[in-house]
Amino acid sequence: MKALVCIGHVPDTTSKIKFVNNNTEFDTSDIQYIVGPYEELGLTRLLDLKTAGLDLHITVANVGVQETEATLRKALAMGADDAVRVNAAPKDALFVSKQIANIFKQADYDFVLTGKESIDYNSGEVDGMIAEFLGITSVSGVSKFDIAGNTAQMEREIDGGKEIISSGFPFVVSAGKGFAIEPRIPNMRGIMSARTKKITIVEPENIEDATSTVKFHTPPPRPACKKIAPDNVEELVRLLHEEAKVI
Amino acid sequence: MNFDLSDEHILIKNTVRDFAEREVKPLAKQLDERGQFSVDLTRKMGELGLFGLYLPEKYGGQNSDVLSYIIAVEELARVDSSQAATLAAHNSLGIGPIYYYGNDKQKEHYLPMLCTGDALWAFGLTEPDAGSDSRGSKTFARLENGEWTINGSKIFITNGASSVAMGATVQAVSGNIEGKKEFSAIIVDRGTAGFTQIPMHGKMMWRASDTAELYFDDCRVPEENLLGQRGQGSKIMLSTLDNGRLSIGAMGLGLAQGALEMAVKYSKERKQFGKPISTFQAIAFRIADMATKVETARNLLYKACWLKDSGRVFGKEAAMAKYYCSEIAKSVADDAVQIHGGYGLMKDYDIERFYRDQRLLQIGEGTSEIQKLVIARKILE
Repeated sequence: MKALVCIGHVPDTTSKIKFVNNNTEFDTSDIQYIVGPYEELGLTRLLDLKTAGLDLHITVANVGVQETEATLRKALAMGADDAVRVNAAPKDALFVSKQIANIFKQADYDFVLTGKESIDYNSGEVDGMIAEFLGITSVSGVSKFDIAGNTAQMEREIDGGKEIISSGFPFVVSAGKGFAIEPRIPNMRGIMSARTKKITIVEPENIEDATSTVKFHTPPPRPACKKIAPDNVEELVRLLHEEAKVI
Repeated sequence: MNFDLSDEHILIKNTVRDFAEREVKPLAKQLDERGQFSVDLTRKMGELGLFGLYLPEKYGGQNSDVLSYIIAVEELARVDSSQAATLAAHNSLGIGPIYYYGNDKQKEHYLPMLCTGDALWAFGLTEPDAGSDSRGSKTFARLENGEWTINGSKIFITNGASSVAMGATVQAVSGNIEGKKEFSAIIVDRGTAGFTQIPMHGKMMWRASDTAELYFDDCRVPEENLLGQRGQGSKIMLSTLDNGRLSIGAMGLGLAQGALEMAVKYSKERKQFGKPISTFQAIAFRIADMATKVETARNLLYKACWLKDSGRVFGKEAAMAKYYCSEIAKSVADDAVQIHGGYGLMKDYDIERFYRDQRLLQIGEGTSEIQKLVIARKILE
């Protein structure tokens, strides 16, 4: 069985977010990049299945320039078998989805795994778009995942409960919280063996831009904390109702 | 000239940092308070592949360069000196002599086991009356009928007595040639009759690392347990210390980095006179000094690693790095306590543990004074 796992190259969660060029571009200076946390959980679960005996070949892929290879190497160090990098700066979800769908068509993959959303632009669109390009099933925001024979069993949170989904192959699944308990830390052997694992570089299929960024706005600074005397319950209720508007 | 770490070094740094934050940090305070060595954490470090990192794969190692190993020690020390000590002592002092001086049979027998995290190895040099003057060693080994009989004792031996402490390389006086002591290094396995391993308690620092006294009472081991050549013991031990200097330097650097980060975080959160104390120049200047020392220490240590990885002479730079990293660990930890004020004196705050842990660094594996002696000799020779 073959899995194609999308690996987001995203800023470390502790990064300071700034914009340049009249607030139309993300300032990448001094940014440390990591594997997207949801993709990391997804990859961890697949590696766990593999460790448990599932015959699974895992190819990790991303759309990105040469600098993103360090992020792919991390995924290879965790245990993925090989990697594909589409040599282009990712423009938007449509562009990325098209490239991943093209990779899928090049080999006999059984399913695609993405994170439920990237933690930088948070679009949450890529999984659905890949499925649309390929004309296959898509299941988003999955919190539990298993493979038994020719079927994948998935579980996800829905309003007021859980949904249990069973799907044949192929499909696209996006991993959410719970997909694995915690991301796998690569061991030193994995890091050293990642040196020799293959990263195939492919050129992108250029498609017309579907979107362009007009401007980014940073959220307003968080207002200072208001302290209310313990005996002034009326004032607390008034502020929660009129200012915070939470009751 | 390029000061960038390679992608692989960055990956190792981030990996060990994740491990230290996830596995070590939650336990560090409790283990320190109890003075408890953790077999479980040692095994986890083994599973991560941190033991024997620089050994060839055929012995169970990862074939890494020295800088990778030093970065691993640095990242552990950023969170907990005790675990970093277990790692540094085992790799540099435990595995080092066997790898560099052992014969094929000894390497094949010991090294794979020592890379797993299930077995640690000690370096028996220091004695109650022989510290900086290692030639003052009184432990004696007599060769008779194909056996070494060892008598004497060792003290302050890291990884010497826990349930996974599987033995030691011991320096002993093996003879007397023209009035001069002849030293040899001899391998002694756990469980050998006459070999006793006793844990030492009541330490001020590194309380969760295993420190031991080793006793040899008519302890007999086969002649083939000799490591290297007869009479080579002092050279083996001192060259091992040369290599160990880099890892002790990494412990100082990591501790200083951790202390700096704590001080920065606290100074931004702590408010006095209505403002975070980081906005006061007295605090800001102190932090600037601390950060400059950490950066300088890192450059010096990494350069020494680069020299060793390039196969060049690195003894002077290793001594400089050990000396400087240890000394700035002291001053940076002290500054960090000062920034924490009264809270820095309380066990609830990790900086209190860091302040204690740094104190060994200017003493262990060659005092600061010995490092200066080494540096001066290299310059003045």
